[in-house]
Amino acid sequence: MTRVTSRLNGLDFQQAVVYFGFLAIFLFFAVTLYDDGFLTQRNLTNIVLQTAPATIMAVGLVFALSAGEIDLSFGSIVAVSALSCAVILQDYPLPFGVAVGLGVGMGIGAFNGVLIAYLKLPSFLVTLATMGLFAGIARSMTNLRSIPVMNDTFTGIFGSGKLFSVPSLVIWTVIGVAVGHLIYRHTRFGAHVLATGDNPRAAQVSGIKVPRVRLYVMMICGGCAGLAGLLYAGRLQAAKYTLGESDLMTVIAAVIVGGTALNGGKGSVIGALLGSLLMGMLNNGLILMNLKVSDQMIVRGLIILVAVALSLRDSNR
Amino acid sequence: MTAEQNVLSLTNIHKAFGGVVAIQDFSLNLKAGEVVALVGDNGAGKSTLIKIVSGVYTPTSGSIELDGEETSFSDASSARSKGIEVVYQDLALADQQPVFMNMFLGRELTKPPFGLLDKDRMRRESQELVDELDVRIPSASSTISQLSGGQRQGIAIARATHWASKLILLDEPTAALGVAETARVEGLIENLKKKNLAILIISHSLDQVFRLSDRICVLRRGQQIGIRETAKTDKNEIVSMITGVA
Ligand SMILES: Nc1ncnc2c1ncn2[C@@H]1O[C@H](COP(=O)(O)OP(=O)(O)OP(=O)(O)O)[C@@H](O)[C@H]1O
Ligand SMILES: [Mg+2]
Repeated sequence: MTRVTSRLNGLDFQQAVVYFGFLAIFLFFAVTLYDDGFLTQRNLTNIVLQTAPATIMAVGLVFALSAGEIDLSFGSIVAVSALSCAVILQDYPLPFGVAVGLGVGMGIGAFNGVLIAYLKLPSFLVTLATMGLFAGIARSMTNLRSIPVMNDTFTGIFGSGKLFSVPSLVIWTVIGVAVGHLIYRHTRFGAHVLATGDNPRAAQVSGIKVPRVRLYVMMICGGCAGLAGLLYAGRLQAAKYTLGESDLMTVIAAVIVGGTALNGGKGSVIGALLGSLLMGMLNNGLILMNLKVSDQMIVRGLIILVAVALSLRDSNR
Repeated sequence: MTAEQNVLSLTNIHKAFGGVVAIQDFSLNLKAGEVVALVGDNGAGKSTLIKIVSGVYTPTSGSIELDGEETSFSDASSARSKGIEVVYQDLALADQQPVFMNMFLGRELTKPPFGLLDKDRMRRESQELVDELDVRIPSASSTISQLSGGQRQGIAIARATHWASKLILLDEPTAALGVAETARVEGLIENLKKKNLAILIISHSLDQVFRLSDRICVLRRGQQIGIRETAKTDKNEIVSMITGVA
């Protein structure tokens, strides 16, 4: 009984925004773009496939934001991880490529994390700097060239493959969200992340190792970006420095709309998934509407603005 | 022999924040089952002293002995693991988390086989605890930010009493409370005393101090003015010690 009421209390306005927004936009496109094939199974699957990397990044970002930090560098991490993986796959077998791709992501996350947790620098500035730093490194790594990924097993597992006729990118999305949700809601670490973002002093005097939590969330963020890089490389069968470049705004918006507080202590992995799907639907619909790229950007920006304003409305008081 | 009876023994504690001396040469012994009140005006150094004992601050010099053993707490969790609990003046609750997560903050219960959080048990035990202490809150699942100041204070006190096994430090525990709630907290403190815990309480209410304490220790601008046995002093003496006006 108390459980039920607590669940209902938990379903507050911010959480509800993502559900209503999701439904509203879905219905809007379903009606207006019916003739353009928005509702076809192929198009809907496509949306999920296209948002898979962003969803994985969003899961990572939920952890960083919930701990009261932010990561602006994950887009650059995506590129560096994907490129490193692609380069390794040219000469070495699959496990090496995957390990390097994920390792680079977590490594950069750890670099961010050490600066934030132990040198006590603000994460906004640290990751603003490393965003530029690693974007530059991604460009210089391969002299702006794109690196093809020929390893069929790799492109199967991380891109176009299927398991029991379920596309692998859907499987990655489900795994990423399920594992993220489990850690976030049902482990001591998850509880410590929330406490750290909520009241770091209270967390500290309660024996939570606050700096370590901060380091770990940045590593999770980096690791998720690394995985997103692998998914891009698998789907596009190539890696390029531009990967992840345009995901910053979408992913942050997805996470905020999904009910995660910008200043820590509160969030939802499931919400981030819905937020990410919502952004994907938006992209897809605007393309089907045949809007010019510039108009797409304007409309997307405006809708994100409205969505974020709605979902932050009552926490701003 | 007497040294062994001292749960806490502070000797010549000094604390400076940069150039500001917050505590000068403070010494105090605290026995099991004893309530010592720490009084003094705002900024006298009372909270600082409590934070030194709980490991939040390290003293610039001086020694802290727990059960006769010299200790230096590197952080608050090492003090906690030795059975010291604190109710901080500024509360130390995580506002956006539910009551039961705060009750178990840093000591969350898990269940086999995967070591996942046992939220049901934490909720149940928290509910029992607040019921037992008569802290009136909607439920153990309520978010802290939905509670009144007094309810929050009740949660902080319930948490400390639940976990303390040796020494409990209370920094103005009834400052935000109404008359009935204050009486309940005072009853609670008397119960802890009966359970043979050592208690150090900061309070600005001299009535309360005289009701609860065995001894009163006065601080003025970081200096220890003196310690009196409550039974052998009166308010006038304490007031003049606090203010420095004879
Ligand atoms: N972290 C800190 N850094 C610098 N100075 C501090 C710090 N904490 C306390 N002080 C100073 O130490 C002195 C004692 O402060 P403290 O908080 O211990 O006072 P208090 O006796 O608890 O007062 P109150 O009754 O108002 O709670 C004050 O002058 C205060 O400015
Ligand atoms: Mg104080």
